[in-house]
Amino acid sequence: MIGLSHYLIVSALIFSIGLVGVLRRRNLLMLFFATEVMLNAVNIAFAAISHYYNDLTGQMFAFFIIAIAASEVAVGLGILIVLYKKHGTLDLDDLASMRG
Amino acid sequence: MENLVYIALFAPFASSMFAALFGMSPRQTFVGIVASTLLFISFAASATLAVHVYTTGASIHVTMMEWISAGDLTIPFGFLVDQVSVTMMTVVTLVSTVVHIYSIGYMDHDKSFNRFFSYLSAFVFSMMILVMSDNFAGLFIGWEGVGVCSWLLIGFWYHKADVTREENPSISPSWAANEAFIVNRIADLGMLVGIFIIYWNVGSLQYDVVFADLPNLSSSVLNAAALALFIGAMGKSAQFPLHTWLTDAMEGPTPVSALIHAATMVTAGVFLVIRANPIFSMTPEVSFFIAALGTFVAFFAASMALVNRDLKRIIAFSTLSQLGYMFAAAGLGAYWIALFHLAAHAFFKALLFLGAGNVMHAMDDELDIFKMGGLKKAMRWTWGYMGLASLALAGIFPFAGFFSKDAIIETAFNEGTYVLWAVLVLTAGMTAFYSFRQVFLTFHGDERYKEAGIHPHEMYKFVLIAMAPLAILAVIAGFFMGGYQEFVTKLLPDYVMSEHTHHYVILLTLIVSAFAIGGIFLAYKKYYNGLKRDMELENSFIYKLLANQYYIPNFYEAFITKPYAMLSDIMWKDVDMKIVDATVDGIAKFLYKSGDGSRKMQTGNLSNYLNWMAVGAVLLLVIAAISAMLG
Repeated sequence: MIGLSHYLIVSALIFSIGLVGVLRRRNLLMLFFATEVMLNAVNIAFAAISHYYNDLTGQMFAFFIIAIAASEVAVGLGILIVLYKKHGTLDLDDLASMRG
Repeated sequence: MENLVYIALFAPFASSMFAALFGMSPRQTFVGIVASTLLFISFAASATLAVHVYTTGASIHVTMMEWISAGDLTIPFGFLVDQVSVTMMTVVTLVSTVVHIYSIGYMDHDKSFNRFFSYLSAFVFSMMILVMSDNFAGLFIGWEGVGVCSWLLIGFWYHKADVTREENPSISPSWAANEAFIVNRIADLGMLVGIFIIYWNVGSLQYDVVFADLPNLSSSVLNAAALALFIGAMGKSAQFPLHTWLTDAMEGPTPVSALIHAATMVTAGVFLVIRANPIFSMTPEVSFFIAALGTFVAFFAASMALVNRDLKRIIAFSTLSQLGYMFAAAGLGAYWIALFHLAAHAFFKALLFLGAGNVMHAMDDELDIFKMGGLKKAMRWTWGYMGLASLALAGIFPFAGFFSKDAIIETAFNEGTYVLWAVLVLTAGMTAFYSFRQVFLTFHGDERYKEAGIHPHEMYKFVLIAMAPLAILAVIAGFFMGGYQEFVTKLLPDYVMSEHTHHYVILLTLIVSAFAIGGIFLAYKKYYNGLKRDMELENSFIYKLLANQYYIPNFYEAFITKPYAMLSDIMWKDVDMKIVDATVDGIAKFLYKSGDGSRKMQTGNLSNYLNWMAVGAVLLLVIAAISAMLG
């Protein structure tokens, strides 16, 4: 029987994958993907816990996150395009211009 | 009447502010004239108040405004004009008026003429606050104001360089000013402690409240308060061992010396004891200590005056000696006699100093009486004034000093303190000797000044005329003693001689007068016909001891000033630099270093930042987990 803990473990695993992506990737686009992965890991946890408690609030929250993530991607991709047009690259090591 | 109180108090202040307006500009004679006029107005107001208090017998109490009001503490700016303070006001303003007029002539050639008048009037204003205040806090303000003004005035010629003690015992005006101020600060601490003791135990600083509450206080509290207040008085009135500043204060311009000695500074200590007489009369041990110390200082100062060669220093020592007399009287409970001697002394002492100023003016600032002699020819008026003042100081009938000093000596006899009596009588003889030694060496005998090529000349006429009121009072003040006793004992405890003393009064007077006349005769024999120096005597141990002020200044320098300077040096180099500064610098350096180190985090690379952020988030999680486990 698949229970709450299984969902939560999957969620944690996906979150970790996303976190590693955020930490290790150098390409801004890939960073974006990684954050999306992390967001969705949280969504899974929300939906599972919501079901476990028979409370729809968690699932509603997951919807909100999906909606916000979509709009965020729209804005973010726009910025990435501008950045790419300006610098010709999306590699973070090349974009570092504020060295202290 | 209330307006007169304010006029008497604030006219000197107005004068000071007015003169200060011209402080930076070159000499303006009208500044001196305006200042003198304002001082005279203050004197006129004080005299009117004196007449009012005399005729009605009632004191005037005004409260100008609330000054401090915090919790249970209320201190108003209140002023009290009663028999004691009106005496002081009249004496202070009279002497100050004369000194102001005198200064117009004396400071004639000084480029800081206007500044001088500003300080001088501020000095008088401080003293007026001191004597008129109706509470200890106001008294303390005046007390400190007097200290500051004395510092400004003693160091008036601050540009003079330091010299060695052998060359000039007071080193330099700025040194003397600092000495006066620091010694007074030490004593003021005692005064402040006394005021705190009173406030803690009574809960008020108003004279009437404090004095009414005295019977409820324990004797130890009273003794502590009386002793602490007297320490304050010792500093201002230059009693041993805080006396060294007074003679060094001669570095100031001569009118300042006249003011300090006669009116505005050293009398403050005596005034405090008289004003706080309910406290002192309840503490017989402290009072006896005051009397004994006063007697000792009277003798001690007179002995140093015997051999001194500096005209102004001799007079300064005589002030010290006369202050000793006043304290002796106050300590023995004869407060009104002390106050009377204070007033009489103010007149002839101011006259003596102003006369000495004339001599200095004539002698191109030479003060060594061994280099004068025969000045009578050139300076007949000054000779007359100084002669009169010296007769009064020596206590010759019928001059002012005779009555007041005689009364003090009688008091000592009346109290049965025969040792004090004997010392005071002996001192009276010494006083007569040194004052006439100075008069004869200055004005009579061979004209030694000719060797230095000096052509002495008399002071300006208006100055000489301005000195006349002091001379008249020095002569006649004594005759008002009976009336004054009746007047002032409405407030102060009366002191009358017992039947037993009354019996001997003629004899006592004769003994004192014999000593005084004997002293004058001795001085006449030795010095009238010119100076014959006795090198054997001058090289004797006692003579050297006296001439060097018992080596007390040297003692202070070797055992207080120098160790203190050494200690300060150690504190500076080892404690301050190595501990305090090092700690502060260490904190600053640590911050700099950590900033320098952590700067490297700022790579500008977003990826690195994200890593740091993750580390932070993990750290927070760990902390939250640990605290959850612990909590």
